[in-house]
Amino acid sequence: MSNKVVQAMYNDDDILMDAVKEVRAANYHIEEVYTPFPVHGLDKAMGLKGTRIAITAFMYGCVGLVFSVWMMNYMMIEQWPQDIGGKPSFTFIQNMPAFVPIMFEMTVFFAAHLMVITFYMRSRLWPFKEAENPDPRTTDDMFVMEVIVDGNEDELIAFLEKTGTVEIKVTEKH
Amino acid sequence: MSSHYEAPIRRPLIEGDKSYHDISVDVAAPVEGKANKLWWIAFSIALTAFLWGIGCIVYTIGTGIGVWGLNKTVGWAWDITNFVWWVGIGHAGTLISAVLLLFRQKWRMGINRSAEAMTIFSVVQAGLFPVIHMGRVWNAHFVLPLPNQFGTLWTNFNSPLLWDVFAISTYLSVSLVFWWTGLLPDFAMLRDRAIRPFQKKIYGLLSFGWTGRAKDWQRFEEVSLVLAGLATPLVLSVHTIVSFDFATSVIPGWHTTIFPPYFVAGAVFSGFAMVNTLLIIMRKVSNLEAYITKQHIELMNIVIMITGSIVGCAYITELFIAWYSGVEYEQYAFLNRATGPYWWAYLFMMSCNVFSPQFMWFKRLRTSITFSFIISIVVNIGMWFERFVIIVTSLHRDYLPSSWTMFSPTFVDIGIFIGTIGFFFVLFLLYARTFPVIAQAEVKSILKSSGEKYKKLRDGNHE
Repeated sequence: MSNKVVQAMYNDDDILMDAVKEVRAANYHIEEVYTPFPVHGLDKAMGLKGTRIAITAFMYGCVGLVFSVWMMNYMMIEQWPQDIGGKPSFTFIQNMPAFVPIMFEMTVFFAAHLMVITFYMRSRLWPFKEAENPDPRTTDDMFVMEVIVDGNEDELIAFLEKTGTVEIKVTEKH
Repeated sequence: MSSHYEAPIRRPLIEGDKSYHDISVDVAAPVEGKANKLWWIAFSIALTAFLWGIGCIVYTIGTGIGVWGLNKTVGWAWDITNFVWWVGIGHAGTLISAVLLLFRQKWRMGINRSAEAMTIFSVVQAGLFPVIHMGRVWNAHFVLPLPNQFGTLWTNFNSPLLWDVFAISTYLSVSLVFWWTGLLPDFAMLRDRAIRPFQKKIYGLLSFGWTGRAKDWQRFEEVSLVLAGLATPLVLSVHTIVSFDFATSVIPGWHTTIFPPYFVAGAVFSGFAMVNTLLIIMRKVSNLEAYITKQHIELMNIVIMITGSIVGCAYITELFIAWYSGVEYEQYAFLNRATGPYWWAYLFMMSCNVFSPQFMWFKRLRTSITFSFIISIVVNIGMWFERFVIIVTSLHRDYLPSSWTMFSPTFVDIGIFIGTIGFFFVLFLLYARTFPVIAQAEVKSILKSSGEKYKKLRDGNHE
């Protein structure tokens, strides 16, 4: 099987949404859709699964909380307890109220940064990464749907032409 | 069109007959065009002020904190005043981008990018002050719990000043990634429009290779939502912790439980004023009046009015509680604040922060661009005086009348403050010429629901 794809370009998000639904109904496989802005409901129309990145943020936040508790317990209670302003320093739980602000900040710090790093890694975003959008206009006002050629190419093109596309291109995808 | 429905009573957020492409062109115009004379004049003034500030900082570090106007009674004055003032200004950016996102307020989209830029630039200014006040700045890393040659020498996690270190650094870094993540699609737009290879390379680098796949957008929106959910309690915690610097002490005038909410309201108040100051100029200079509309300014004025009133309530509550507590030190601190030798600063604070925002009850005034600009400046001055009043008037008459004194800043105090204003504007002016100053991808996503053209089309269909 070749890696041939048809790239159908649209100039309106509503036309694109209808086209996505039609293409899916006709049992063609949509490889990718490139849009210049978040089109609401597009992921559901394409049949993409929901993202689990919010769950990772929760887990990273828990790590941050545990880390801050461990760190402050080790530094302030275990290794070198000191009498600071008469605050009880011989058990963690007694000294804990003073640690709440930092426990909170570390939770947020871990959750936010590790989630964003996860997002960048999963979506392959980093400095010096080459952009892979098929046409520079897809960051401006054009929408591109990539459909895999599986079987009759001309039939697929004829079908896509009826969905309101403004430009059609057939390329090899690597 | 039905999926883009918005109640006809809502006024358009994007004025004029704009298409998706028009938005790209308008947002890219300040970046692709050349700076005019006015920009260069403003930039030169800001740069001069910044360099003067650097000179004063170098002098302070080289000679010692003694070059400031501090004395043994007033050991904390302009440095901490400026720190709190700048941190407070920063809060509006997060409020706009995070809290308004959680409340699904679409009007945030025209202004969130610049407001967040303002947040980051002003937190940078704020961070300078505690660092230079350390005196020995080369030991600044001692505020972090880093392993060191002493083995058991750690930072004191009981100290509100250390809480501040964690709060401010978390705030700055989380705001930065929030801002940058939102910037990726907009940098990508500039990258794909760029004609000159150098520009293409730079924006390609900055955009991290953003391509706008459906899955990326799905994650992008989820990440934005979760970051907003994290940034909202974070921003409230930051000024709460800043207020703890004072509230956990035993100085009459500082030791009050009202400080956290009062400081947060004051921060939002001054921050929105600074957003107004900056955007009223930027929308004109960069021709963005269709995206930063009069309605945006009006809504920000309403926020200024409400938070100003909350701050006013806090001032009065403080006075009442001081009297009601029956503690004579507390009573004297507030009596001295209002009627002592610093009465003029107190009057400045009251009239700028409590009285002046009340004009915003009048629709004519809050929709007037000139008036909004004037009030935004007045509020910023007033909020600087608020911090000065809280800090200096509580200190200058302590428990021992023989050590009562006044504070007068030296040219170094003034120079460093002016320097940070210069640094702030240097950063903001550079940003205005090189960054997409409007979150264009987000604005495009509401064009059909809130754009003037589409609203008219839809309203026409109903008749």
